[in-house]
Amino acid sequence: MDNVLEVRNLRKNYSRFELQDVSFTVPEGCIAGFVGNNGAGKTTTIRGILNLIHRDGGQANILGMDMYGGKESEQEIKNRIGVVTDNGGFYGMFTLKETASLFASLYKNWDDSVYKDWIRKFSLNEKQKIQELSRGMKVKFSLALAMSHHAEFLIMDEPSSGLDLLTRAQILESLREYMEREGRGVFFSTHIATDIEKVADIVILIDKGRIVFQKEKDALMEEYRIAKGDSRDLTGEAEELCISLRKTQYGFTAVTSRTEEMKRLIPDVVFERPDMEEILMACMGKGSEEYGKSTVYERCQTR
Amino acid sequence: MKITISNTANEPLYQQIMEQIKENILSGELQEGELLPSIRSFANDLKVSVLTIRRVYEELEKEGFVVSQVGLGTFVKAGNTELFRESKRRMIEEKLTEALKLASMLDISKEEIMEMLDILSEEIGNG
Repeated sequence: MDNVLEVRNLRKNYSRFELQDVSFTVPEGCIAGFVGNNGAGKTTTIRGILNLIHRDGGQANILGMDMYGGKESEQEIKNRIGVVTDNGGFYGMFTLKETASLFASLYKNWDDSVYKDWIRKFSLNEKQKIQELSRGMKVKFSLALAMSHHAEFLIMDEPSSGLDLLTRAQILESLREYMEREGRGVFFSTHIATDIEKVADIVILIDKGRIVFQKEKDALMEEYRIAKGDSRDLTGEAEELCISLRKTQYGFTAVTSRTEEMKRLIPDVVFERPDMEEILMACMGKGSEEYGKSTVYERCQTR
Repeated sequence: MKITISNTANEPLYQQIMEQIKENILSGELQEGELLPSIRSFANDLKVSVLTIRRVYEELEKEGFVVSQVGLGTFVKAGNTELFRESKRRMIEEKLTEALKLASMLDISKEEIMEMLDILSEEIGNG
């Protein structure tokens, strides 16, 4: 299986923030969710991949081609991918129709019937001006443009943030539909755990400019359990097994991947399946009151 | 084909799906040569990752239940279900032989064993 995106050791130093050797891959046929808190480095990573900012090091291959291999290969890549960013860089005074014809002239493989199809599915009015669109409509329009030139790979920065439930569901559904054709891939950033749970095949977690892990979604969901029990049973040895831990006078609640060892130490412990949000919270160290981020980071890395 | 995924089960997703496809093949619900859904649409319908379905198809192919043909899809290969049933039968025979040997060591008669079998199968609900 080929990778549609390969990022290796991407680095960017700002005075108050740095991307540290960001590496991950997106295999063909997969939707990869790039998740992290605001300010974790998602947008910087995407800008770095797309060669929109100066980098301090690293490699990015898209569809097997070197993104930084010069103007020609960059142009070729940009012709074959679709990009959805926050504002899309549209002119507010243009109507959708005018914007679309501008896009059509830029792409070799523009397919008007596909475009019209998405406009209809998203219930967009082509006579409207860009500046009159709501955020949800803007994202839909931007996505329609990205999917209308037979792009083999979509890169999207926070397509679903700030949108209502229905619009989010529509956007996620359109991604699924886009993926029905073989040889495609999607990479989208988000801070919404349920989006990941709904559509992603692969989860890439970034925190403070570092990749915490890249995992198959279903494997990630299998890996962790919420453990509950009596705080008095919680020995130091048992605490070591927890990725995050919360204790109250009534008992403890922890997230762990080492259920069998836990069961041996605390026979009365009960396990539940966590949802994606609980897993991500634990792995980002937010659910923890007792562990520093670095420990959490190491714990997640070695599992 | 009916597939039910349980979120409370301890078995991993791919194993649940794999076992149920096998059952569908063994029961004849899925016929020889039948085309299985594409990886993406199957994954969408079951709300699991494409990687899970890909794993399921790969494992099933390794065990000889399906064949995948590049560009065409994955097809049911019912040919060896007889073999599979046979091997299960052999497994039971082995266990029974073991039990019989133990019984003769403990001086338990064949009649007693038959009686036990009756009672046990009634308890399990097959009797």
